[in-house]
Amino acid sequence: MITLHYYLIFSAILFSIGLAGIFINRKNLIVLLMCVELILLAVNTNFIAFSRFLDNPSGQIFVFFILTVAAAESAIGLAILVVLFRKLRSINVETLDTLKG
Amino acid sequence: MGKNLIEALFFIFSSVALVSGSMVVVSKHPVRAVLSLVLTFFATGALWILLEAEFLALTLVLVYVGAVMVLFLFVVMTLDIDLAFLREGFARFLPIGILVALLVIGGLIFAVGKGEFYPHVPFPTPFPADYSNIKTLGSLLYSEYLFPFEIAGVLLLVAIITAISLTFRGRRMSKVQDIGVQTAVTKEDRLTMVKMPSEERVS
Repeated sequence: MITLHYYLIFSAILFSIGLAGIFINRKNLIVLLMCVELILLAVNTNFIAFSRFLDNPSGQIFVFFILTVAAAESAIGLAILVVLFRKLRSINVETLDTLKG
Repeated sequence: MGKNLIEALFFIFSSVALVSGSMVVVSKHPVRAVLSLVLTFFATGALWILLEAEFLALTLVLVYVGAVMVLFLFVVMTLDIDLAFLREGFARFLPIGILVALLVIGGLIFAVGKGEFYPHVPFPTPFPADYSNIKTLGSLLYSEYLFPFEIAGVLLLVAIITAISLTFRGRRMSKVQDIGVQTAVTKEDRLTMVKMPSEERVS
């Protein structure tokens, strides 16, 4: 029988895949953005599972706002990526050293 | 829907989501990664429907797959990316990534997988046939969460303006002051001294 823990374990594994993707693809800016999307998806699944099992629809409202913020984030992130590619001809994270950080 | 059917659907869709999520991370070509992410979103949307969050599942498919992932695909296909260069550190970072993933998975399953984290809740009974998910969410969103909803609208407006102003390449039609140029003006830029002979006196 499906319980809350199944959903929590599912989103824990999805979260870890996204986190490992950030470590593995640390050069490719596009895949980094996609890994952030995976992590947000795992968090949203957690919210919806808790909302259903506790019978409280406020969790779904929260997911609604997370989706809004994530859409804004990926739109601005891709805009920055396009500007960056025009300037540097590359999306390698290691070339972003103009600020000498 | 029978309980066994729900269980089978959960395992099918969650394994599809996890496999395609791993494909996002390890795939060679960014286009393949984007398409795998689309499949992950579809499978997770199906899981959300199993949790009876229909509105959010449809929003995920329509807004995320329909708009955000198409934007990703558009950017990936527009940019001429040097693929071999991006794969250089892959083999070097793969063990670290797998180690981190296993540590986080182990820690999280240790924390949430057992009954102590949260008391054992049985699968909730399905909502009655006349229950409307959208009506519930809408009445909450427009009463209790009205102010956050408006802030979210402003946030999207800011995102639109930012994205357009960052990537706009056409001629700037608006006339604005360039304050740096204005304050750097010297006397020679504005004033010209003209030497001319004085007029002959007419008698």
